[in-house]
Amino acid sequence: MGAAPLLEVKDLIKHFPIHKGFIVSKQVGAVKAVDGVSFSINRGETLGLVGESGCGKSTTGRLILRLIEATSGEVWFEGRNILDLGREEMRELRRDMQIIFQDPYASLNPRMTVGDIIGEPLQIHGIARGREQEQRVRQLLEVVGLASYHARRYPHEFSGGQRQRIGVARALAVNPKIIVCDEPVSALDVSIQAQVVNLLQDLQAEYGLTYLFIAHDLSVVKHISDRVAVMYLGKIVELTDKESLYDKPLHPYTRALLSAIPIADPTLTRDRIILEGDVPSPINPPSGCRFHTRCSEAKEICRQEEPVFADAGGGHLVACHLVNRS
Amino acid sequence: MGETLLGSAPAKQQIRAGERKGRSLWADGWRRLKKNRLAMLGLFIILLMTVLAIFAPLIAPYDPIEQLIWTEGKAAKLAPPSAKHWFGTDLYGRDILSRTIYGTRISLTIAVAASIVSLVIGVTLGAVAGYYGGRVDDSISWLINVIYAFPFLLFVLSIVAFRPASLSLVYVAIGFVSWPSIARVVRGQVLAIKETEFVEAAQAVGARDFKIIFRHILPNVIAPVIVQITLGMGSVIMIEASLTFLGFGTQPPTPSWGYMINQGREYLLSGQWWWSVFPGAAISLTVLGFNLLGDGLRDALDPRLNK
Repeated sequence: MGAAPLLEVKDLIKHFPIHKGFIVSKQVGAVKAVDGVSFSINRGETLGLVGESGCGKSTTGRLILRLIEATSGEVWFEGRNILDLGREEMRELRRDMQIIFQDPYASLNPRMTVGDIIGEPLQIHGIARGREQEQRVRQLLEVVGLASYHARRYPHEFSGGQRQRIGVARALAVNPKIIVCDEPVSALDVSIQAQVVNLLQDLQAEYGLTYLFIAHDLSVVKHISDRVAVMYLGKIVELTDKESLYDKPLHPYTRALLSAIPIADPTLTRDRIILEGDVPSPINPPSGCRFHTRCSEAKEICRQEEPVFADAGGGHLVACHLVNRS
Repeated sequence: MGETLLGSAPAKQQIRAGERKGRSLWADGWRRLKKNRLAMLGLFIILLMTVLAIFAPLIAPYDPIEQLIWTEGKAAKLAPPSAKHWFGTDLYGRDILSRTIYGTRISLTIAVAASIVSLVIGVTLGAVAGYYGGRVDDSISWLINVIYAFPFLLFVLSIVAFRPASLSLVYVAIGFVSWPSIARVVRGQVLAIKETEFVEAAQAVGARDFKIIFRHILPNVIAPVIVQITLGMGSVIMIEASLTFLGFGTQPPTPSWGYMINQGREYLLSGQWWWSVFPGAAISLTVLGFNLLGDGLRDALDPRLNK
């Protein structure tokens, strides 16, 4: 870990204000979607970001790309804090950072041909025009496992898996360094999921891509990630390399998530940790450790004091009073 | 098209089927519309009316304002339908068929003009409200609601109290009341579409606002707007007829359906029904045409029906 990370996120915060009142509206609160998230991603690595729906993982991905403006925090990419960049500088930088979306049906403009969809980034950044653009689009289609003649068709003529491949081709068009994969396979059939995950891995090997892979499914993340971050209610509760997270999870929340993964062995019985209750509201998160309302091991200190996110040994970062007692 | 050309070579046809050009949603919509008989009937009625309006001088057997009493004598006054005057004549000896044919001009002109006015205002305000949201949206939505709640006829009457009735007044009045329905549709669509992932994708690759609005958002708003405009044309024609019937709007001797119905209404009960009934039927037919086409378009273009 000698080299500087490709992307470093420091204390990223996004609060969505809640307004009330018709003519004179005032802010009555805020949804604390992302509340102080820090992590870094090294060049060529895949960081998995997991958590229940509504925990702020997708918001985090969008904040990094500035599809949503952050309330505060820093996002360092190749020596620059991109949250400070001006409009034009940011436009330039978008060549290096791309995103693949969850819903393959909503992520492609139904009125444009596939060729136009994949060609648009080429045009915007002046990478290729005219015949050259057409050729590049054909190449990209083949790279993601489609046929070059598909360029003339419209999105509704494809299946979900094929559409997701089109989305991958669009992201690849600008030759990005990092791609935020926002639950790219959760809307697909299980059989198709593997194909798309494998495609992403092949592309990573070939083009040296770096991924932030967002998912709510720990088993998919296990397959593709080098390191995994677990998010709960706007905060990262545990972050470590894949092996230690899956073999030696420290945070009770991570343990609960892991116990929910089905194991393909009917003879095996094990203790499942069933989380009770719903995720608390991010408008008014619990005091102390945010997980204490659902944690079976919660102590008094968990209600009062917020645990620090600290190294529990060997770079295994965790935010839990029960672990970091020393 | 490719299928008929290559019908004799099945193997080749298969390869071609794979490489065929994609079908846009518009082409798909048109294909569905063609299968809808009622919609095609509506389209036919509208095209027929349009032809009548454009070529009225060539089609109409008589001059619409010529009083035939001078040439044909007293018999031409309030004459019932006959081989000579298919729709009969009115009190002044004017040929009602010719006047009805010329009447399409006023109705269709108003329909098109008012639609353009409400399209321009409605799409602009609706798109601005939907895209920028916040205060802008609040004020535009407020205005829309006010206009919806406004007693339209009173509004026109009060204007007429100060200004003489005229055709341009009708344009203004109709444009004023019909843009909010367009604006509402556009606003709702823009609101929904600007949150979609393909718009985010465009932002993520660095597309500018202008490009996002014109390339990604508006093309996806057009279909419901076309439906709204088509259905709106029918009601615009009704409004024009009502205003003219009440004496605002088109002024005599210009042949207008609403005016003809108004003049003929006193003779309805005394047996000279043709003066009012034929222009009335023309209104019904035209409005029916627009409504049939509008309904058909809604079915054909509604993206929710696409899988």
